[in-house]
Amino acid sequence: MPSRNPNLVITIFCVLLIAAAAIISQRRVKAAPPSGGSITGSIKLEGTPPHQRPIDMSKEPACAAVHKASPVTAETVVAGADGGLKNVVIYISDGLTGSAATEVSPENPTWDQKGCQYIPHVMALNPNEQFKVINSDPTSHNIHPTPAPGGPNHEWNKSQPAGSPPITTSWQAPEVAIHVKCNIHPWMSGYMVVVKGPYGVSGDKGSFKIENVPPGSYTLTAWQESLGTQTQKITVAAGKPATANFTFKGK
Amino acid sequence: MRTPQTILIACAMAVLALASTSSAQITEYQEQQNLGVEAHVGRLTGHAKDAEINYRRYCAGCHGNQGDGEGENAMWLDPKPRNFTLAQFKCRSTPTGSLPTDADLYDTVGRGVQSSNMPSWNPLSDQQRVDLVAYVKHFSDRWKTDKPGEAIPIPPEPAVNAERIKSGQVLFQKLECWKCHGVEGRANGPSADTLTDDQNRPIKPFNFHDQTKFKCGTADSDLYRIFMTGLDGTPMPSFADNVKPDEAWDLVFYLRTLQPQHSKEKEIAEQLGLKPINPNAAVAPAEAPAPAPAPAQNNENKPQ
Repeated sequence: MPSRNPNLVITIFCVLLIAAAAIISQRRVKAAPPSGGSITGSIKLEGTPPHQRPIDMSKEPACAAVHKASPVTAETVVAGADGGLKNVVIYISDGLTGSAATEVSPENPTWDQKGCQYIPHVMALNPNEQFKVINSDPTSHNIHPTPAPGGPNHEWNKSQPAGSPPITTSWQAPEVAIHVKCNIHPWMSGYMVVVKGPYGVSGDKGSFKIENVPPGSYTLTAWQESLGTQTQKITVAAGKPATANFTFKGK
Repeated sequence: MRTPQTILIACAMAVLALASTSSAQITEYQEQQNLGVEAHVGRLTGHAKDAEINYRRYCAGCHGNQGDGEGENAMWLDPKPRNFTLAQFKCRSTPTGSLPTDADLYDTVGRGVQSSNMPSWNPLSDQQRVDLVAYVKHFSDRWKTDKPGEAIPIPPEPAVNAERIKSGQVLFQKLECWKCHGVEGRANGPSADTLTDDQNRPIKPFNFHDQTKFKCGTADSDLYRIFMTGLDGTPMPSFADNVKPDEAWDLVFYLRTLQPQHSKEKEIAEQLGLKPINPNAAVAPAEAPAPAPAPAQNNENKPQ
């Protein structure tokens, strides 16, 4: 009996210690700021990319001069040599709750008119996220976003001559997607995609990253301006990157 | 097998029947609610419910019973009748993207819309017209959630003089009005042929050279308002962000010199021997800090 007792004490002590450590470590996780997960992935185009119409800017000599070396084409489908698809917006279309759904990104991006093109060609935003419209060209543009008529966002149309100050504004409601045009330069075309919650936009190689995604199960949607949308289910754990890849079919 | 199926079908039919009656009740109820819409112009108050007969008699033929712009005459018209359910209007005193004031709509009903099939409804009484404004508003819920924008300020019209006309011409070039309206206002600018409206239908810029009346009025202040607010749903943007209120009058005076009718502005322009702007000079000042005219460049045929 006396020889057994110390063993038992040690065992109990050890168990208690482990339990305490476990509780403390759990507490630490809880006490730390909720480190959101992230979603990464890549967007591919399968098949031949649709022909991109060349753009003739000869009616606007200042812009034609900018693109003298590398002629510009339409940007309805922009795919790299390895099939990476650019300008796809990836966002959580279902499953967001609480503050994650209403939080407004502090990014406040800039929409530039440069060389008679929109840079970026596709811009993602939260409702009420401020963005700046600037004109880097030596020529006038009219910035003319055309949300769905009769919807919660409203069409406006402002002239922005060379050297004029930025226009700062926002959209009040989600809308996928708002087409932006310039009537003076009919080839200019771009999209503002207004979504709730965290979002990502695929880059040159088709890869994207959505940060600050609270743990949970979601429906993820990928939107491309001419190839439509695709969805998939995804589960995100705290502090861990989840992966989602999308494939769009060319024609 | 048959019995549960029959029961199911009966059930589905009952639910459908219930759903359709209840939804019919809702729309009727909403319709009645919306007919409570009012319009306020000066001392007049318009009531949508009082305009129903006049709307159906005078307006529905083009604008449609539902206000959707799909009346029986609509297919023959260009430009198309306004779709009131979208609550977007060309002739406003308010900034681009915002609702017009009741007075704006009242003025449009009374004046009619130049270069369109919308006639002047001045033969109707003031009360009938303000009632119709309320009726036009009842077609869209946007009037419940949004307020009309703040009217853009128009300072008193200054006296026209040569300096103001010349400064107006500089603005005409700087703001690139000529890209659509042409260097002489003949609606033949480089972008004129590709313009479309919000329904993607081709649309022409205003031709100053052969037209005396504008879409939204004939007065100097109407012209001022048109380019400061823009005509929503058309390619015509708002210039309010980049033209100072007083400068805007200079542009009004210059635009008057392009029109066919006799005016003091035209007289001054003739005395000045004012020549149309040179669009090539518009590109040149991009490198040079001072926008000095460069007449020597006329001979050079710059490729892009």
